[in-house]
Parts: sequence; structure tokens; C-alpha cells
Amino acid sequence: MVGIGRIARLAGGLLAVGLALAGPVSAQTKPPLVFTGIPDQDESRLVERFGKVAQYLEGKLGVPVRYVPVKSYPAAVTAFTNGQVQLAWFGGFTGVQARKAVPGSQAIAQGAEDAAFRFYLIANAATGLTRAADFPTSIAGKTFTFGARASTSGRLMPEYRIREAFPGKSPEQVFSRVGFSGDHSRTIQLVQSGAFEVGAVDFSVWDLDSKAGKVDPKAVSVIWESPPFPDYQWTVRGDVDATYGAGFTEKLRAALVGVTDPAILEPFGRSKFIPVTNAAYEPLIEVGKATGLLD
Amino acid sequence: MRLAPRVPGYRAVSGGFALAALLCLAVADLHVTTLHPFAELSRLFAGLIRPDFWSVEGWSVVYTVAFAVLGVGCGAGAGFLLAIHFAHSRIVRVFCAALRSVHELFWALLLMQVFGLSATTGVLAIALPYAGICAKVYSEIIEEADLSALRVLPPGTGVVSAFAYARLPDLAGRFADYTLYRLECGMRSSLVLGFIGLPTMGFTLESAFRQGRYAEAGALLLVFYALIGTRRLWVRRGTLPVLLVGALLALPPAIGHAAIGPSLVRFLTHDIVPAPLRGGEGTWISLWAWFRPILTDQILPGAAQTLVLAQIALVVTALGALLLFPLTARRFTGPLGRPFGRVLLVVVRSTPEYMLAYLCLQLLGPSMLPAIIALSLHNAGIIGYLMGRHADAIPYRPDAPHGLNLYAYETLPRLYGQFLAFLLYRWELILRESAIFGILGVTTLGFYVDAAISELRLDVAVVLIAATALLTMAVDALSRALRRGLRITDLPTRLSDQT
Repeated sequence: MVGIGRIARLAGGLLAVGLALAGPVSAQTKPPLVFTGIPDQDESRLVERFGKVAQYLEGKLGVPVRYVPVKSYPAAVTAFTNGQVQLAWFGGFTGVQARKAVPGSQAIAQGAEDAAFRFYLIANAATGLTRAADFPTSIAGKTFTFGARASTSGRLMPEYRIREAFPGKSPEQVFSRVGFSGDHSRTIQLVQSGAFEVGAVDFSVWDLDSKAGKVDPKAVSVIWESPPFPDYQWTVRGDVDATYGAGFTEKLRAALVGVTDPAILEPFGRSKFIPVTNAAYEPLIEVGKATGLLD
Repeated sequence: MRLAPRVPGYRAVSGGFALAALLCLAVADLHVTTLHPFAELSRLFAGLIRPDFWSVEGWSVVYTVAFAVLGVGCGAGAGFLLAIHFAHSRIVRVFCAALRSVHELFWALLLMQVFGLSATTGVLAIALPYAGICAKVYSEIIEEADLSALRVLPPGTGVVSAFAYARLPDLAGRFADYTLYRLECGMRSSLVLGFIGLPTMGFTLESAFRQGRYAEAGALLLVFYALIGTRRLWVRRGTLPVLLVGALLALPPAIGHAAIGPSLVRFLTHDIVPAPLRGGEGTWISLWAWFRPILTDQILPGAAQTLVLAQIALVVTALGALLLFPLTARRFTGPLGRPFGRVLLVVVRSTPEYMLAYLCLQLLGPSMLPAIIALSLHNAGIIGYLMGRHADAIPYRPDAPHGLNLYAYETLPRLYGQFLAFLLYRWELILRESAIFGILGVTTLGFYVDAAISELRLDVAVVLIAATALLTMAVDALSRALRRGLRITDLPTRLSDQT
């Protein structure tokens, strides 16, 4: 029989050990490069694409590379700000958030498609809405779902366009119900099932899910295509050169831009990666401020 | 079994709560927004019947147990130290109330900012609120205990010595019982932490639910029920040291290390400092200008919705418990039905409310209805189970009536005070969960916390979490006052008292 006193001592000791474990890392020469990506779509596709990227980068960079899965957009940004990951595949807005929180960090590469990215407004067939060139103001009064709260193509840009089309009104005032699905694949499912009448979705995820046979064209269709805006990019912390040697950031950029294997690019829905700088995302800072999502 | 005293006031309190719930129902958003909830539900049950055990990742099970064991271990250890001073020190009492009024998930969301997705975050997220809960309950156990040994101590005996030699021997057994019970709650908390990214079973469970891989979800759930159901076999005083050391060795290796020092400094001196005060030039006016919209647009509507949800869920829980408890009472079900009823209620209470809410929201869409269902099922399961045990302990007359007459004219009247004690005790817990369900899309306080975290406005998130904590403490105080007024304070309310 173990007395409670001993249990208490053990617990106290464990607290100390636990805190010690959390302490600084032992001085290793080259810690693994850890990266993450915002969970914007079906997790199986994320695991597939990031697993391949990790393998590829490890070969090109000569350091161990690990992928950490996260459950939400802000969790990806947090992992980047507290230094758990050094590299991340961010959306346009999460990238802006992350670079604002970590001075010195840089956007190094984007998909060729990300320079002029788009979102689709999609609608359930029961609404009778059809595709049009102009913003469909007839969506007022319907139920509407965004993607994740911090998504560029699922929240920031759609909200911006909605506020533009209905001046002086917030989405909550325009629609009878507003939801946040969490990711683009889920948005498609919710509009397809009729849980929401209209939704905003990333065009590349729409294409990927359509190809995968997950979209029923009789139940859900695209009713509007947005004007272009800059979106996803690889962002790296400013301290990687100090950790992995001078020129590492450039080496990383070259490795990403040099991806030609369709097996890697396909699950991203990108044709190739191209170099990019922080300046390319400045328009999103303005949009963020205009929608009140950024200070 | 203590007879419930016939205090006028039972009726007034019950009626008051029922009326409040009716009023809340009038303003609650109860729409089912999905079109085919039953198709999805039948797919879910199909998955539960044909679980795919090969898909269960063994390590996630190990991590779930490890986080629970260490979290509860640290929480109980700290709670024990706090409990010694609990009765004398107001500061300790307020500190503990603050610790436990913040939900594990809120703790985890805050800790993640500093410690990243790591074992430290997981263990501390459980340990912090559990320290507050354990301190309170341990101190209640201390108050209830026999004082005769204390009276014969020589004058001048120190507080610690007096405690260790005169009180601890009498208390140790009850402390241990409670702590082992707490581990069951810790397992649920640990699973739920996976839903926000820690590597417990909740991580894969969330993905499986989200993508409709119900065979995998079913397997995970059955493994979890098996773990909880066999708790008495693997959690014993003798196995505890093994569990603690094993858990410590089995913690998941951190992938990438958060820079804890700088992150902690940034978190404390920048992130959670109200935006207008950063840089040290804020005034009361700028602070108020910052706080006012948070109060009017987030705290007040969020708190109102949280209360609406909690009040409805409380009354539905009450009705559910009244319907369910005969299922587990000998007099009503007979020897064949009772084991079945008990298994049903054990399964219901082992299912974490948060997971249940997540699932109901997937099936029914984001309104208050799924949240009410989840809260009521879980809590009615617990209260029903406890009431069943009390019903079995009633000494009935040999010529007692049967069936509905027995239920309505004897069992229920004799248990009603106990029933109210359980309900009022769980009121605070229901409120805490109601707030957290906002993360899932119901517009309670958690909804706004989630928004603030998505916008990286941690200062706002902290204010909202503090508001949630205050609301929880207010409800706790009201619940205590009501229990005192009804003179049901001394009735047992804790699940661990019954086991």
C-alpha cells in the first residue's frame, strides 16, 4: 500500500521533472528542420503531400526534416511564432499574421497559381442560383458558410467582397446564418448536403475535390469566380541561417522552386513553385485592416 | 439513507429553473441545418458496429493515458498542497476557484502559445484546472473528517505536523478514492485535447469524424470505453507508481522545440497585454475604448448565449435523469434489465461531452440543439447512474407499491433533495462546458475566444476567458447559496463518493 504522502511526493517530483523536460533543448549541432502547413482540406491529402515534401527537402538540404500536423490555422501560426516550426505552408492571411508576429521571417516561394489565386462562391442546387459574371447579390438572406476563420480564400477575401457588394453591412447582417466550416473540403460537403445554401471555397481545393469525385455537380455548383489575389506561400523564420548556416534560406528557396516531381505538386494542386517576397502580400494587409481582422 | 427533509422551496427552485429554461427556449436557436442527419447517423452506427481495430494507432492510446496520469498526478499533488491552506486562506481559495473555472481546452489554447504542441502543454492543461478542483474537494474531505485525533495533540504542534500525524491517516483512503476517480475525468480531458492538436486519441478521432471514417472512429471509441471500463483493474494504489513512471517514459517526443523562454516573455509582456497598453502609453480612456466593444459585442451576447444553453441543458438533464434512473434501480428493472441499464449509463457518462457535441454538430449543423443534446445526454447519464444507486439504498417497506406508484409516491419524493443537490452541483460544470462548445460553432463565449485566437488577438482572448471564469464562479456561488437555502449542502454530490 502506497501512502498518500508518497503519492504527493511523487507528484511533486514529476512536476519538477516535467518542467525540466520542457526546458531548453540540449545543444545539438543540427536540429531537424520542422515545418507545418495550415489544415485547409482533407487531412489524408495533407499527410500525403507534406510527407513527400519532407522526404524531398531532406534529400536536398542534408538536414533531417519533420512535418508536424496541426488542427487549426491559428495553431500553425502559433507553432511558427513560438519557434516549434521553422518553415510553414501558410495561406495568404496566416502568412501575413505569422510574419507580423515574427520579425525577420520571409515569404520565399509560392505556387505559380498563388500569384493570382481565386475563390469560388458555390451554391446548393436547391437555391436555383446559377453562374454569373457579376457578384451575385441575390445571395443575401441565404445561409452562408465561410471556411476557416483565418482562411484567405475561405474568409478574408470573401468577406471583403461581401462587404464591398453590400456597403455598410457585415456578413452577419447580409445572411440569415453565417458559419465557419473549418476547411474547404468541409465547406463543399456542407453546401452539397444543403446544410448551408451558399459557401466560399478555395478554387484549387474545389478542383482537387472535383477530380477526386467528391463533388456532385447535380447538388452543388460554382456561381461566381472572384477577382485574383495573392495566396499560399512558404514562409521561413529569419533565424534559420544562424541555425543551419549562412545561405540556408536561399538554399531552401532553390529547393522548393526546383520541385518538378508531379507526385509532389499534384496533391498541392500547383504546377510549380516560384520565388516570392513579403511585398507580394501587402495587398492582403490592407484587406485585413479593412475587414477588421488585422490591427 | 438520509431522508430528504420536506423543505418548502424544492417546488419553487424546480419551478424557477423550469420557467427559466422555457424562457431560454423561446430565444434559443434550435434549427437543424443539415438536410440528411439520419443518413449520416446510420453511417455512424454502421461504423460503430463494424469497428476497424487495425486502424487504431497504439501510441495515441498510450499518450492519452500518459497525459491523463501525469496531468492528474501533478494536479492532485499541487491540489493536496493547496488543500492544506484552503480553509484558512482566502487567497488560496480564490486562486483555486480561478484555476478550475477555466476549462482544460482554454488552458491548452493558452499554453500552446508558449509550449507549442508538446507533452508539457498536454500535461499542464490537465494539471492546472485539476489542481483547483482537487484542492477544493480534498479540503471538503478534510472538513468532513473525524477530528478526534487532532484534539489530543499537545499544544504548540505545528500545522504541518498536526496534519501529517493526526489527520492524514484518517483521510488518505478517501483522498486516494477521489484521485483515482479523477483519473477517469483526466482520461476524458486527455482525449478531448487531441481535438485541438495534441497527439492523443482525440486527434485521430477528430479526423475520422470529420472525414466520415466511422469504422475507425468506432474502433477508437470502443478502445476508449474499454480503458475506462477496466479502470479498476489497471488503476490501483499498487499500480500507481508504475503508471506514473511509465507515463513519464512514454510521453511523446517533442517534434521541434518551442523557444519557451522568449515565447513566455513575449506572451506575458506583449501578447496578453491589452493592445492600447502595449508600449506603455495607454490611458484609461484608450483602454475603455478598447474594452467597450469587446464587452458589448462579445462578452454580453456570448454570456447570454452561454446561459441560455446552460439553463436549457440543465433542465433537459433533469428530465433525462428522472427518466433514466429507474433503468439502473433494482426495484424498477429487475435483475436482468439493470446490468444493461448500467452499461448504457456508464457508456454515456464515459463519452466526453465535447466529443459528443462535436459529433452532434456534425450531424445536425451549428445550432444550440446539438449542444443541448450532448450536454444533457452526458449529465443525465451521470445523475441517472447516481440516482439509481441511491434508489437501491432506500429501505422500502415490505408492502411498498410497485412500478409507477412506487416511483411517483415513494422513490422520487424521498430522493428529490438528493436529485436537486446533484443538479445544482452540475450546474457549474454544465455552464463551463456550454462556454467551451463555442469553439465548435455555437455562439457561446467560446465562439468569441476562438475568433480572437484566430485573429491572434490573445489580449482579447484572455479577457473573454476571464469573463467566462467569472460567470462560472458566479453560477457556482449561486448554486451553493441555493443548496444552503434548501438545506441540501450535506448530501453527497460527487461521483467518487458512490464508488
